[in-house]
Amino acid sequence: MRSPLSLEVPLQSRHLSALVRHRLAFDESVWVRRALIGLALSFVGLFLVLPLVTVFARALGEGPARYFHALTSREALAAIRLTLFTAAIVVPVNLVVGVAAAWLIAKFRFPGRSLLLTLVDLPFSVSPVIAGLAFVLLLGRSGLLGPWLQSIDVQVIFSTPGIVLATLFVTFPFVAREVLPLMQSQGNDQEEAALTLGASGFQTFFRVTLPRVKWALLSGVVLCNARAMGEFGAVSVVSGHIRGVTNTVPLHVEILYNEYDSTGAFAVASLLTLLAVVTLLVKKFVEWRTE
Amino acid sequence: MKKSVLPGFGLSLGVTGLALTLVVLLPLSGLLLETFTLTWPGFWSAVSEPRAVASYRLSFGAAFASAVINGFFGLLLAWVLVRYRFPGRAIVDALVDLPFALPTAVAGLTLTALYAKNGLLGQHLEPLGIFVAFTPVGVVIALTFVGLPFVVRTVQPVLESLDPSLEEAAAVLGASRWQTFRRVIFPSLFPALLTGITLSFARAVGEYGSIVFISGNMPMRTEITPLLIVTRLEQYDYAGATALAIVMLAVSFALLFTINVLQRWSQPRHA
Repeated sequence: MRSPLSLEVPLQSRHLSALVRHRLAFDESVWVRRALIGLALSFVGLFLVLPLVTVFARALGEGPARYFHALTSREALAAIRLTLFTAAIVVPVNLVVGVAAAWLIAKFRFPGRSLLLTLVDLPFSVSPVIAGLAFVLLLGRSGLLGPWLQSIDVQVIFSTPGIVLATLFVTFPFVAREVLPLMQSQGNDQEEAALTLGASGFQTFFRVTLPRVKWALLSGVVLCNARAMGEFGAVSVVSGHIRGVTNTVPLHVEILYNEYDSTGAFAVASLLTLLAVVTLLVKKFVEWRTE
Repeated sequence: MKKSVLPGFGLSLGVTGLALTLVVLLPLSGLLLETFTLTWPGFWSAVSEPRAVASYRLSFGAAFASAVINGFFGLLLAWVLVRYRFPGRAIVDALVDLPFALPTAVAGLTLTALYAKNGLLGQHLEPLGIFVAFTPVGVVIALTFVGLPFVVRTVQPVLESLDPSLEEAAAVLGASRWQTFRRVIFPSLFPALLTGITLSFARAVGEYGSIVFISGNMPMRTEITPLLIVTRLEQYDYAGATALAIVMLAVSFALLFTINVLQRWSQPRHA
């Protein structure tokens, strides 16, 4: 049998909570919310959306014919080829190395482990210009290994190998950075179970570990690729800016800009911007898949 | 120390060690070895000449200003993205990473076009006496763009994991919303905020690609240190370039150390 009280109590507490919500500050007022959202959106609009839109507006400003002409010039095509070639070497190499580094740091405890982690991350804290300078000092004509390279007739600096090496340096941490936290948080239990059931090391890696980190891996690869295709500072120092030979797409943007061919510069820049937008979409997709 | 039963220690150590040595350690040790060819007076005159000092002032000053701006707007963006629901929120969240994905040369090119005399923003700012392109202000704007994601992405997860009962307790005890923010929320966000600001500063100090376009590269006025290094290199003054690079590297490593300490401090505390 219900007491009258049991009917009253919920009512009372509902009134009380309404009163509390009204009087006490659990949330910002609607106007504060709107002002903060408005300020944040204005900042995003001014600093992110406007520059993004400007690239395409300026690239297409003189019509599509002029746009495609700038993209299909001999030098632009050579730059695109070199950038694709560089990324085709750098991304697979850093994919393998990044996964190896993540496996090593996530699955084992050994002396020097945290030092190794710092070293893998190191390229993020070195200015790209200094990375380029380091390669010039090591491999350039008057560099430490310069005489030896000349004796075997290999040119690295002011040539494609130098561009590949500098790009390898600046994109070194990307894959490990994305994969490592996930591998660490997942622990070793499933791998140990697979091994106990008789799987080989590679079977365990490809059938158990890899499927569980595939989205983080995709994210790392996409970010590594974006940086590899867009790197400017390090590549600029080692490339020597030889037109049609050691010119990557970002360097070609600078050349066109310096020649006051603004539409051409924006046309070529629009390719890199499309790459950035695709990269963001993939990254967002990965976040959506892993949530 | 528990011995892991997993295989592949030797293989992964070999691959990582080899790549790390060839790609990262060898070139950096080449740079350090080059410093031994410098004499102390030569080093000192290279790093203390007026043009170098002016470049540090701009590089570190503009990086600091941009990091502070990013600290404010990064906190605001993180707050709005975590706490409020509004149309386009997912798009804004994705856009925050744009400076990571957009090549810096493109950022420099498009910001210069916007803020130049005939640009969309520049044509309204210059009559007001605000000159952005080819001035230190332009450098700050470019560095703000480049460092934007760091504060948002370090504050966001901490804000998401914040225990709502603390705020409710503050409200029940009679705190105004502003008091709750200032005395309860902000202190728990502060380590992450400081980490984000330092990351943004470290990134800005080394930035080169976007600055080349927007700064105009005038010695003593709008020349950042990385650009001076490139200039020395193009003059075949390897000793001068190395000396400046050593100064920059020392600052970067000091920042890296600070970030590590800050990150340990800002780890979300588990009850």
